[in-house]
Amino acid sequence: MNLMKMKAKFRLGKSAVISIPYVWMLLFFLVPFFIVLKISFAEQALAIPPFTSLLQEEDGVIRGLSLYFGNFSFIFSDELYAATYLSSLKVALVTTLMCLLLGYPIAYAIARTDPARRNILLMLVMLPFWTSFLLRVYAWMGLLNENGLINNLLLSLGVISEPLHMFHTDFSLYLVMLYAYLPFMILPLYSHLVKMDVRLLEAAADLGAGPIKAFFAITLPLSKNGIIAGSMMVFIPAVGEFVIPELVGGTDTLMIGKVLWNEFFDNNNWPMAASVAIIMVLMLIVPIALLHRYETRELEGKGNV
Amino acid sequence: MYNGNKLSPFLKGVLIVGFLFLYIPIISLIAYSFNASKLVTVWGGFSVKWYGSLFQNDQIISAVKLSIEIALASASSAVVLGTIAGFVLARFKRYTGSTLFAGMMTAPMVMPEVITGLSMLLLFISLEQFIGVPSERGFFTIWVGHTTLCMAYVSVVVRSRLLEIDQNLEDAAMDLGARPLKIFFVITLPLVSQAIASGFLLSITLSLDDLVTTAFLSGPGSTTLPQVIFSKVRLGLNPEINALAAITVLVVGTVVLIANYLMLNAQRKREQAIAAAMREAAPVPVAG
Repeated sequence: MNLMKMKAKFRLGKSAVISIPYVWMLLFFLVPFFIVLKISFAEQALAIPPFTSLLQEEDGVIRGLSLYFGNFSFIFSDELYAATYLSSLKVALVTTLMCLLLGYPIAYAIARTDPARRNILLMLVMLPFWTSFLLRVYAWMGLLNENGLINNLLLSLGVISEPLHMFHTDFSLYLVMLYAYLPFMILPLYSHLVKMDVRLLEAAADLGAGPIKAFFAITLPLSKNGIIAGSMMVFIPAVGEFVIPELVGGTDTLMIGKVLWNEFFDNNNWPMAASVAIIMVLMLIVPIALLHRYETRELEGKGNV
Repeated sequence: MYNGNKLSPFLKGVLIVGFLFLYIPIISLIAYSFNASKLVTVWGGFSVKWYGSLFQNDQIISAVKLSIEIALASASSAVVLGTIAGFVLARFKRYTGSTLFAGMMTAPMVMPEVITGLSMLLLFISLEQFIGVPSERGFFTIWVGHTTLCMAYVSVVVRSRLLEIDQNLEDAAMDLGARPLKIFFVITLPLVSQAIASGFLLSITLSLDDLVTTAFLSGPGSTTLPQVIFSKVRLGLNPEINALAAITVLVVGTVVLIANYLMLNAQRKREQAIAAAMREAAPVPVAG
């Protein structure tokens, strides 16, 4: 077999290998977004499926296209939708900052522990992540309740005389969001911090920099990629979170994931749910691109000194 | 002096607070599962009766069965597709549409599930309208949804492992005349077998735990375990769910501990083998 033939065969094999996962993701991940886009321009109807067709057909011949802009114009004119999107962004942003403030020192401490203990600590961070998300959220219902563990403890210690109202408030929402998303922040931060060359810190110490100055001058800038990756890992799914606001959030907590769920499952308004989703995707494109960029850099080893 | 291996009191404190925060809810969940009182958080004495009633709850038992079937099916397909995807991401540079592919493999991990769930459902509805399949929502549609989600995670794990290992091994085999497919199965696959194993475990847990995507993709006859749990805890605390949680934590904890131990052991053995091979290859210590 000559070389040309072999190369051609190799290239064919390569395309075949690429196409297997490629076609799967195109069909089941990318194409569905265009269908959502299409249905966001349909109108709710009493039919199966419950929306109008965009194509006007007569005897099997397509006569025209009818786009319904009512869903989007409703979302843009209704103040409650604007407030819900803003509130979701705020909840996601605050959650991200809280995860960063607590997750950074944890990741840093694990990365600076001696290697023998590091694996155990890392596994302890991973373990809750492996157990059910839903059950971990449920666990907080038992802690935050009027007669839950925290209130019982504080009452018996005499710190409070009446049970605190914590359940179904903003407090419980943020606390459980922090709890559920914390491992997503710790893991990317850890993988950056553990690779950092500690000799840089030794050099800084030799040159007279205190630990705090060395942290802000060396460690923090060097972990920038990890901070961005971890923050996006928390922020993006947090914007559309449904389970936590539904189970522990306040009844007046506005979250767009909850609105989408209600439009779909309770109001059976699929086109409206599709429009809500389209606007959410548009809001998340920039964060997703950021995550993708920093993750690729990290994996290909360009972002590290 | 800078000391790299001693943690400052501040960092030690952070670790303690952090781990208490992560584990107190889980421990309390387990503790209350042994509470005789139906009120869950009001202690009424020690009892294991909720475990008994859990195993007599047909709705939960059949949901567990369905969830395990879906998890095994999804994890198997996700491992195959995700390994190929991870290989493509790590080894093939620049081809038509490579950026789009890398993006499509990252996005499912972070995309809010209400969006992926809704979009996949609308795909299946459209497919049904045009080609007639799938005629109903159930096992198949959930399997597709879980496979897509899990394969993204598998691809990340496999990809980062492939970027770690020495590509020279594959190149050397190529120089010696091995065919690409043979190289993949003889050299590459064994080297990433651990990553594939952890990808499989991760997929199982992701699938067993998924609520939101499943809710969109399931039909009337296919209620998975998270759906049953969700419908119960929505109404408030439920002692049977505590018992279920305790069992889950026990099973997951045991599996993760064993898997971790096996992997560390295998890693140590491999390092020892490499060191031994090096000693044999260069019996005379090289200066420098």
